[in-house]
Amino acid sequence: MLSKEEIKEIDEAISMVPYKKAASIEALKIVQHHRKWVSDESLKEVAGYLEISADELDSVATFYNLIFRQPVGKHIILVCDSISCWVMGHEKIKEKLSELLNIDYGQTTADGRFTLLPNPCLGTCDCAPAIMVGNDLYRNLKTDELEKILSKYN
Amino acid sequence: MNGSTMEKPLTQHLREDGKPLSLKEYEQIGGYQALKKVMKMTPQEVQKLVKDSNLKGRGGAGFSTGLKWSFVPMNVPSPKYLIANADEMEPGTFKDRIFLEQTPHQLIEGMIIASFAIQASESFVFLRWAYKTAAAEILKAIHEAHQAGYLGKNILSSGYNLEMHLHTGVGRYMCGEETALLNSLEGKRANPRAKPPFPQVSGLFGRPTIVNNVETLCCLPHIVNNGADWFKKLSLTQDAGTKIYGVSGKVKKPGAWELPMGVTLRELIEEHAGGMQDGLKFRGALPGGASTDFLVEEHLDVKMDFTSVAAVGSRLGTGTVVILDDKTCPVGFVKNLEHFFAQESCGYCTPCREGLPWVEKILQSIESGDGRAEDIKLLDSHTHLLGPGNTFCALAPGAMEPLQSALKYFRDDFEQHVREKGCNYSSKRKLQTTR
Repeated sequence: MLSKEEIKEIDEAISMVPYKKAASIEALKIVQHHRKWVSDESLKEVAGYLEISADELDSVATFYNLIFRQPVGKHIILVCDSISCWVMGHEKIKEKLSELLNIDYGQTTADGRFTLLPNPCLGTCDCAPAIMVGNDLYRNLKTDELEKILSKYN
Repeated sequence: MNGSTMEKPLTQHLREDGKPLSLKEYEQIGGYQALKKVMKMTPQEVQKLVKDSNLKGRGGAGFSTGLKWSFVPMNVPSPKYLIANADEMEPGTFKDRIFLEQTPHQLIEGMIIASFAIQASESFVFLRWAYKTAAAEILKAIHEAHQAGYLGKNILSSGYNLEMHLHTGVGRYMCGEETALLNSLEGKRANPRAKPPFPQVSGLFGRPTIVNNVETLCCLPHIVNNGADWFKKLSLTQDAGTKIYGVSGKVKKPGAWELPMGVTLRELIEEHAGGMQDGLKFRGALPGGASTDFLVEEHLDVKMDFTSVAAVGSRLGTGTVVILDDKTCPVGFVKNLEHFFAQESCGYCTPCREGLPWVEKILQSIESGDGRAEDIKLLDSHTHLLGPGNTFCALAPGAMEPLQSALKYFRDDFEQHVREKGCNYSSKRKLQTTR
């Protein structure tokens, strides 16, 4: 069931656009904000609320890199894997993260703390390599800094 | 961004600490004076001024901004839309972030001027998800501009009304293509649209719409304040204005700088980026993001403007240079780029959806030692099959630009990988001190 708060926020998004369907992405963002990911059940409810089919909404949800259709950890780690970070050695950053967390791309730690994902260019190429943890950007990274960074997130 | 007497209208007032200019600080350095001027002009006068200034779009295509605006029908009922394309996602590009984080009011003033010129009633900043600081600063700045009477109803008692909204995307390179961006704003998959109709006539929700890049919009207040001739004189070449150039890769001082349009690639690398890191040699560079053809040593004295870079077979693109050094494998470099394009293809048209993963696979096998001599010819043929005219939008042709030029300039490397069954750069890389 969509919560009262979610419905209120989705209504607000709908009020900004000419027809309900146009609020699809905003509605998915709202549900993800409250629940960390968009389950099949949530997807069906949002689709019903926007008066479109669940399949149509899913085609939108699965198009975008950062709408999660599977459960994710409490903190999302995005490793920039684009060209400047590749040149500056992002592969070592990724290897170290995998080693520290014991997970590969697309996986979540057993304690549910972190999900590790590759991400296209984070737009900070003069300070490569870079990652984001949640809303925080870390740049000019060295592998020996990663353990300390991860320890900030409970 | 400091330390020179050259004119840097867009960035000279940036704070040293990287924090954004507040509304008050922006007003103190002449902010919103251009808007006051514009409110006493006609939309046609503003369009003519910008057309005369020869401002070309800074998002990569380099199309005349004034000419783009002139296709918007003027005597039609509301709404019309103005959108700032802040979905900076071209790999190697980090220039618009500066404006979004540090001078949000300069962008907003530029957006109001552009909106007025086409008589838009609503405007959007389409911001990429990853720019968290920028999102907070823009929301705050929109609110401040409202409070000050620069946005909303009857702006500066002119009778002109404009609303502004922030839309943060959910991650997809395609959203940078203007028609795909419009689909995304309408809550759909970010597939590009067929043109015509062009967005200027039928854009967001079927209404006349202009999509302009952030840096382009930031030029507008200065053109209004100082005139078209002044803007043209800022440049060293026929393409007007200053440009935010950037350099990333293994140089001593990677960064971004506002410089006169038309500085050479050599000046960018050697003077501004401090030259190559010790022990490394320049091998090549993408002049303006992932979707531009390599330039090599013979091009170091090419002027970095739209016309001059095009004349040597590449594109200025976003003007943010990515450097390939002599200890980084060109095959691996291109493989990284093609992985990105294959992943970000929207899947709408077959050559792009099927061709790009195929190209990536071939590059992977060459890099890992499974390549055959005929694979290089297969890559050659893909640069034509996925080239201009064969796909629905510019994504795949853009993806072919670094590939076709790598096959031209670094062909020996491809052949050596096939002959020696793999990449020998990893040993070269180990010799260089790691960070």
